[in-house]
Parts: sequence; C-alpha cells; structure tokens
Amino acid sequence: MPLETIIAGVMVASLVLYALLGGADYGGGVWDLFAFGRRAREQRELIAHAIGPVWEANHVWLILVLVILFTAFPPAFAVIATALHIPITLLLIGIVLRGTAFTFRTYDVQRDEVQRRWSLVFSIASIITPILLGIILGAIASGNIRVDNGVVTSGFVRPWLAPFPLAVGFFALALFAFIAAVYLTVEAEQGNLQEDFRLRALLSGVAVGFLALIVFVLAGTGAPTVRAGISRTPWALALHILTAIFAIGAFYTLWTRRYRAARVFAAGQATLILLGWAFAQFPYLVEPDISITSAAAPQITLRLLFGALIAGAVLLFPSYYYLFRIFKTE
Amino acid sequence: MDDLLAARSQMAMSLAFHIVFAAIGIAMPLLMIIAEWKWLRSKDEIYLTLAQRWAKGTAILFAVGAVSGTVLSFELGLLWPRFMGYAGSIIGMPFSLEGFAFFTEAIFLGIYLYGWKRVPPRAHLFAGAMVAISGALSGIFVVIANAWMNAPTGFRLVNGQPVDIDPIAAMLNPAALPQTIHMTLAAYAATGFVVAGIHAFMLRRDPNNRFHKAALAIALLVGGVSAILQPLSGDFLAKTVAVTQPVKLAAFEGHFETEQGASFRIGGLPDEDARVTRYSIEIPYALSILAYGDPNAVVKGLNDFPADQHPPVAIVHIAFQIMVACGVAMMLMALWGAWRFLRGHRNRNWLNSKWFLRALIAAAPLGFIGIETGWIVTEVGRQPWIIYGVMRTSEAVTPMPGLIVPFITFTLLYIFLALVTVWLLLRQVAASPSEPEPPAKEARLAA
Repeated sequence: MPLETIIAGVMVASLVLYALLGGADYGGGVWDLFAFGRRAREQRELIAHAIGPVWEANHVWLILVLVILFTAFPPAFAVIATALHIPITLLLIGIVLRGTAFTFRTYDVQRDEVQRRWSLVFSIASIITPILLGIILGAIASGNIRVDNGVVTSGFVRPWLAPFPLAVGFFALALFAFIAAVYLTVEAEQGNLQEDFRLRALLSGVAVGFLALIVFVLAGTGAPTVRAGISRTPWALALHILTAIFAIGAFYTLWTRRYRAARVFAAGQATLILLGWAFAQFPYLVEPDISITSAAAPQITLRLLFGALIAGAVLLFPSYYYLFRIFKTE
Repeated sequence: MDDLLAARSQMAMSLAFHIVFAAIGIAMPLLMIIAEWKWLRSKDEIYLTLAQRWAKGTAILFAVGAVSGTVLSFELGLLWPRFMGYAGSIIGMPFSLEGFAFFTEAIFLGIYLYGWKRVPPRAHLFAGAMVAISGALSGIFVVIANAWMNAPTGFRLVNGQPVDIDPIAAMLNPAALPQTIHMTLAAYAATGFVVAGIHAFMLRRDPNNRFHKAALAIALLVGGVSAILQPLSGDFLAKTVAVTQPVKLAAFEGHFETEQGASFRIGGLPDEDARVTRYSIEIPYALSILAYGDPNAVVKGLNDFPADQHPPVAIVHIAFQIMVACGVAMMLMALWGAWRFLRGHRNRNWLNSKWFLRALIAAAPLGFIGIETGWIVTEVGRQPWIIYGVMRTSEAVTPMPGLIVPFITFTLLYIFLALVTVWLLLRQVAASPSEPEPPAKEARLAA
C-alpha cells in the first residue's frame, strides 16, 4: 500500500477518534442545554465532571487531522480552506466559544446567573459546532467543490449551503449527542441519573437512524459518487450489515441496561459509519478533483511524517491511557 | 480596506492575541512546579496554596490559548491557502511535531488541574513538569516554522516550484535556533515579570504577606534570569538577521545609506519618502559591531534594495526601538533584584522596599509589550514577503472576497474574550489569601 494511502488512513483514524472523544464532549454540551426535570442540576454536574479533565486533550485530535492534511496533502488543504472558508470560520467561532465558555463557567462559580449565561453559550456552541463540522465533511464528500488547475471554481457558498451537507451536519450532531448520552450512562453513578441518560441515548439513537436515512436519500443527488460507493460495492454491504449489528446491539444493551456493553456498541457504530464514508470517498480527498495520489507531498515528507506519527503515537497513547485511567475509572 | 490588508490584519490580530496566552502557557507551568516542588521539600503549605492558585489562573489562560491556537492553525489555510499549498510539504513537519507536543501538554494539564486528589504528589509534580516541557516544545516547533519563513531552506526552486524538498534541512534553517531561544526566553521573562508585578502590587497593600513574598520570589527568579539572558539571545538573533535578511536589519535601524562603520540609532523617525531617519541619537560604529562584531563592517542600507522589497520602515523601526527598550529595562530591573537579593539575604528583607516594589509594578507589562513589538518587528519586517525572497504575501492570500467581515468578527470576539479573561483573573487576584488556606478545600474546588 502506498505511503500516502496509509497516512490518509491515519488521518481518518484521527478523525474517528475526534468523533468518539471530542464528539462526545460536544454531545455533553447538547445535553447540558437539554438538562431538565428534577435532576437538571445533577445532569449538568455529571456532564461538567465528565468533560472537564479531558476535553482539551480530546480537542487535539482535530489539530492532528489538520496538520496531517496540510503536511501530507497541502493542495487539498488549500482547496478545502478556500472553498469552505465560511463554514470553517463559523466552526472556529463555535470552537472558541465552546471551550472558553466551559472554562469560564468552571472557574467562575460564584454566582448562579453568571454561570447560567456561560452554560448557555457553552451548550449552544456545542450544538452549532458539530453541525458545521458535518456540513464541512458533507461538502467535501458532495463532489460539488470543483477545482481547475489548483483554482477553486465552484464559489464560496454553493458547495456547502445545500441539502446534503446540511443533513450531514444534523446527522453529526445527533451522532455526537447519542454517543455522549451512552457514555454518560456509564459515568453516572446513581440509578436515576443513569435512567435520564438512558432515555436520552435511546431517543437520540432513533434520531441518528432517522437522519442517516435522510442523508442516504439526499446523497442520491447531493453526493452521487459517495452514494454509489456506499450502496453498490460488495464491501459496502458487509459494512452496512456490521453497522446495523452494532446499532441494534447498542439499542438492545441500552434497553437491557448493560451500559458498558452499550458504550462499546455505540462507539463501534460511530466508527463504522465514519469508515463507511471514508471507504466510499476513497481514493478522493475532495470529490472528484483531488485524490490522495494527486495531492500527496513528496515521499521524503511522507516518510518523515509517518515516522513522527509512529513516534508520537508511542508517546501519546500511554499518556492518554493514563489520563483516562485517572479520571474515567471509579 | 482591501482583502489583502484585511487578511494581514486578521492574521496580525490573531497572532497578537494568541501570543499572550501562548507565552503564559509556556511559562506558568514552570512557576507552578517550582512552587509545588518547594512545597514537597519544605512541607510549607503556603507553596501548595500558591501552586493551586496559579493553576486556577493558568487553567483559564490555557483554554483561551488552546482555542485561539486552533484558530491560527486553520487561518494559515483560510487566509493564506497558496502559501500552505506551496509550503505545507516543506514546513508541515514542525507543525506535526507541535501537534504531539500540544497533545502531551493538554493530557498532562488535565491531570495537573483536576488530579490534585487523584494522583500521588510526585506523579502530580511529574504531570506539571510534562506540561512545562511540552508547552515549551510546542512554542519552539511553531517558532521553527516561522523562522523558515524568514530564512527558507530545504528546497530548490525550479520554475517557481519547490523541488528537492528536505523537511529536516527546512527545520534546521539558520533563523531557527536564535528565534526559538529568543521567544522561549521572552515567554519566561514576560510571564515572570507580570506575575511578579501582580504580587508586588498585593505586597504594597499587605507588606508582610508571606504568600505574596513567596510568589514574588519565584516569579522574579524565572523572569529575572530570562531577562538577563535575553539581550544575549537578541544579539545572536540580530547577527543572524544581518546575514539572512539584510533588508530587515536595515529597517530595524531606519538605515537608508550603506555605510562602513555604521552608527546605531536610538529613537528617531524614519521618513520613507525622503529616505532619512531624523531625530535619533547615534552611537558611532555600534551598528557595525552589533551586526557583524566589527566596527568597520559595511552595513547595507535600504537604498541598496529595490523599493518594492522594502518593509514598512517606520513601523519596524519604532517597534524595534520599543522592544529593545523594554528588554533593557527588564534586564536592569532583574539586576537590581539580584543585587537586592544577594545583599539582603543576610537580613531576609530584600522585598521590603517601597521603590523596588513600585518599580516591579511599573515593569509588569514590559515583557508583553516587548513580545508584541518583537513580533511586529519580525512579521512586518519580513514584508512584502510571506516566504522571504520566495513568495510575496500578496501572492499567498485567499481569493475569498469580503475578508473584512471575518477580521471584524474575530476582533470583536477576541476583545470580548480578553475582557472576560481579565475580569475573571482580577476576581481571582482580589480573592487571594491573606494567610494560607486549608489546601483540602482548594483541592476539592479544583477537582
């Protein structure tokens, strides 16, 4: 397998980890907004407790995706940053507001009304940011970003302000909210709180299924190549079956209150969905004009980057494991 | 405002904002682990309280730094896509390494901030040390990428396209070492002086407060040592600039005419139309000595370079003067502190001087003024190039129209964040202890 393909694979893996870890932090913000009932305060506290120590580390997966993209595939980065200038700028505003509002709230707990205001900023930014992330990925997959001789010819609005990318945006939001709710069932220590998040997980799980269907239908005209990739090839069928098994597994284990198993199924389901998209888009980085091969940096850059990724992983994963062992085991 | 100017303004504003938090993120962990180490050694609770207080402030600043750094890494592509498309394969490497350093920093910061009661004291101190090391490395990797823009190496140009790319040679560009030393020292000096100034202010109000004395001593140690070393690193960097970017050196000095035995100017206002710098104090031969270590060396003037390769001379010259003045003042302040400490060590009252504390309060912002003006010197001084001698800034800008909109949006957002951050920190300073608080309560709050 050529090195550029392996590095593109590492980039997809980082994106998957960002969705599974960083995505859940956004999902936590969603449930912060929708905290209601007698235990609203406990729900918010659990969310803050779950996100607090890890969100900054989880956020770095996105940075990793970005640096791999611009080191290994500079023309692809240039094209994406040009064509999607507007949604990326909005995404950044969301990232800034989410992170700072959460931190301000954590370290300024004197007065309830101020805290509520930061909560609102934090939770609304947590909803908008995943939608924008989905819109960006949807636009990249749509085939509507066109490039001629390195110049973006499809304008700055049309490729992303369309039904398919918007549907992917809401799908991403539902997916993040779903995995967050499932994780929170495990992190909740008392039964009532677990029930709260079980209900949220089941509801958002239904939303994920429903939005997946809408995305699939809209892909017919909105992203025909990717749609063809996920509906016709033999591996796609296998992947669909596997995703369905994980989705059913997640529902079944949530229903029967086996939360640790549900966490595995939900994370597996999210992973398979992203892998399905990645395989369907292969070998293109930006459908249909920029491929992994055409955008790849010279071999020496790829080799050095690959070495850095391996060395970085050797340092990173034990540290990451240590962080999660400290805060995610009771 | 045309789109190029809007893009440059947005980049300048984003960098000017982020560098404050980045510098604090590099230096504060060092201050915190010194305090924590002193606590572990002496069991004096005052040092634990101090480490925890500083950690709370740092948590806010680190979060703002992390998100504003994210904005910058995207802005490289949003504003300068042609630069990234061209240079990504050459200088992506330090950014990738920075990614891992940032990862390590974020992981261990989480452990440090939230783990007071969850990990043993030594593991906690280790986490703090990891934050301090990886924070410094993050900064170094990013500055290496910036140094490459000033002194691009590691490729050959054939028909305007880079070939024979060597990312290692690009990282080892001649500006990398002097720039990274200069910026790392600047981060420690600036942060040390701000923290020292804040605690000096509190000591003026409450002269016998042990907490603030302990804090001031640590901050001044880190800031002072760096401030004394900084002029040496500045000299090293200036000598590098003289070789790699002679036109930038000429702009530093508002130096128009090529001269043998050139004078060093203090103050003065460059007139770019008349091509003279007026109203300055001139020290004969000093520029030749500073730039080349030889009083009779020839220093090229701006007139020897085509006008379309001149940076905006007045801005660069004035910013350079301010930076140097801040650095010199901080070095003198640090020497005064060192003298007081060595002399007062026998009677343990080296901080009991009204004028010394007042001077520390006055010197508090100098480091950050120096950092901001220093980045103006290096970035504006590189214009009109984005990659010196290779690609012009105007060639790199995005074709996206209406760039004034994101510029204004981010400016307003950052002003808002700056105000909130200052307000939150002021409340924390105001709530500082008059005597050591029980650490258990603090730890619970932090957890």
